[in-house]
Amino acid sequence: MTELEAGRAETLAPVRSGAAVQRYRDVLIALIAFIVLASLPLFTGSKALLDFVIRCSAYGLFATSLNLLVGYTGLTSFGHGMFFGLGAYSYGLIMQKLGVPIPVAFVATLAITAMFAAIIGAICVRLKEIYFAFVTLAFQMLIHSTILSWASFTGGDQGLRGGIPRPPFLGIDLANHVHLYVASCALLILGLLAMRQIAQSSFGYTLRMIRDNAARASFLGIDVWRAKLTVFVLAALFASMGGMVMALFVSGAYPEFAYWTISGEGIFINMLGGVSTFLGPMVGTVLLLLLNDTVTRFTEYHGIVLGVVILFFALGLRKGLLDFVAEWFAQRRDAGEGR
Amino acid sequence: MDLDALAGCLSSSACLVTQTTSGLIIGMLLFLVAVGLTLIFGVLKVVNFSHGAFYMFGAYFAMTAYQLTASFALAMLAGAAGTAILGLIFERVFMSRVYGADVLMQLLVCYAFVLIFDDVVRIIWGPEFKSMGMPSAFQVMPLFIAGGVVPPYYLLLIGVALVAAIVLGIGLSRSRIGKVIRAAAHNPGMVSALGINTGLIYGGVFALGGMLAGLAGALAAPVRSLTPGMGFSVLIESFIVTVIGGMGSILGALIGALLLGLIRSFGSLGFPLFTEGLMYLFMVIVLVSKPTGLFGKEAA
Repeated sequence: MTELEAGRAETLAPVRSGAAVQRYRDVLIALIAFIVLASLPLFTGSKALLDFVIRCSAYGLFATSLNLLVGYTGLTSFGHGMFFGLGAYSYGLIMQKLGVPIPVAFVATLAITAMFAAIIGAICVRLKEIYFAFVTLAFQMLIHSTILSWASFTGGDQGLRGGIPRPPFLGIDLANHVHLYVASCALLILGLLAMRQIAQSSFGYTLRMIRDNAARASFLGIDVWRAKLTVFVLAALFASMGGMVMALFVSGAYPEFAYWTISGEGIFINMLGGVSTFLGPMVGTVLLLLLNDTVTRFTEYHGIVLGVVILFFALGLRKGLLDFVAEWFAQRRDAGEGR
Repeated sequence: MDLDALAGCLSSSACLVTQTTSGLIIGMLLFLVAVGLTLIFGVLKVVNFSHGAFYMFGAYFAMTAYQLTASFALAMLAGAAGTAILGLIFERVFMSRVYGADVLMQLLVCYAFVLIFDDVVRIIWGPEFKSMGMPSAFQVMPLFIAGGVVPPYYLLLIGVALVAAIVLGIGLSRSRIGKVIRAAAHNPGMVSALGINTGLIYGGVFALGGMLAGLAGALAAPVRSLTPGMGFSVLIESFIVTVIGGMGSILGALIGALLLGLIRSFGSLGFPLFTEGLMYLFMVIVLVSKPTGLFGKEAA
């Protein structure tokens, strides 16, 4: 913490106690959400529904982590999907080749992701706007090309096949569908809670200031480069968690996980759900997956349908769904107060 | 990796000529697509993510026109004019609504059209690979230069792209309309205040960009197979070109495209599986050493 940040924390003391209340409220909401999700298998035997929630966990972690960059810091990454792919591949390869317990592989994957993200981020966050977007895209494609060409290690375009082992640990057996489901929900809720804490911390507010006016943040003594790099690495960790959930779910990893379209979808999910509300990306994830599932059932031309829906959001609402709803409520409240 | 093959080629004049020509045609096609992209970005400040679709439409328009009329000239015309009209409509009806909006919104509108256009092509022309075939006028003996094989069509392709580059370069720097376009890129408010219709300029530039991409698609149609989604790899590559050259720089687009074409054609010998990776690596190296691209101006 710089001297200045310390000084600010002091003057913000009253706000801080409010923040503590909010923290307890967030934890409570997370706990309730987890209990509701985890008890779902008690009420329904529908495997499709549970699968849907698992996919939402994977993509939701990924999309929400992308929003730490896009929505909070104003860094439009076009290559965030590389960390999703990196998570899936690192986890799968560690489990296949080393046969360590799942939690060890989990932590090792996060460490690998952090290392990659630190190196790639150090290069990327110097760049501005469109150049940042493209150099992240280039790194994504570089990793994708490497996965394709290093076939002896990664399986090339066939992906990591032959299944990823799921040895039981601590009484948890991820080969069991319900166990896998509950574990995915737990990872999702824990990940969301952690990201919420980051977003609401003083560091999170530093990010917003960088987004709104990087020059001012710099004048105030904030090391903008370091703050951007930190959030880049943090976001990569959660994206990699999403990739691991995906690898657990499909018991494999495929080059598409690291292809740029994953990043494109992530951006799209964020726009769909909204970037100025914390849960916007989560709403977007559910919307996109629902949309994909239903549209593919009715027509083979789902590009057209998806395209028209996107146009509706981009040209019609001009913001994500949750942002739109939140704004509508805010306007109604203001009107109610007679302003 | 197969460095021996690369070294072997570099020491043989025949292979050198063949690879260089194929690098040049890749580069020239990329240049035509990328220069439209860079022009649109330079004037409209919009990153046209759907630019690859114009390349795709150019190829399909040319193929259809060639099948109907059996005239190569008409096929080229159909490719270029068809995409110009498409570009104009797209800009006036959709893109013009998101000027000044969040960059993400502009990207999203383009992304929507990437999805829509691919499906439209699938509906009209079918999902399978198509080919236009080499026009009969060019079904002649290839030229042999220093032992290397060069099909005459390649020379035409390189020639057309060069002419386009020269006309564009001179047109923008010398002609009145070129000056107006550059003024609009610099200060649209002032140009508008002088009584010039900026909407018309924006539409025109977008149509011109679309036309160049369409022309590239039409030129590529005889030598490439056509498939819905073919615009995508071209789009990504032309993005690399514009970023390497510097967004908004025509000379940068030309040099970036030629470099990338040569990297592709020689890289495919030395690193058959990692050819694409080489391009991205090159882009990373350029951007790391010069963040605004080789010929880009420092952002104000």
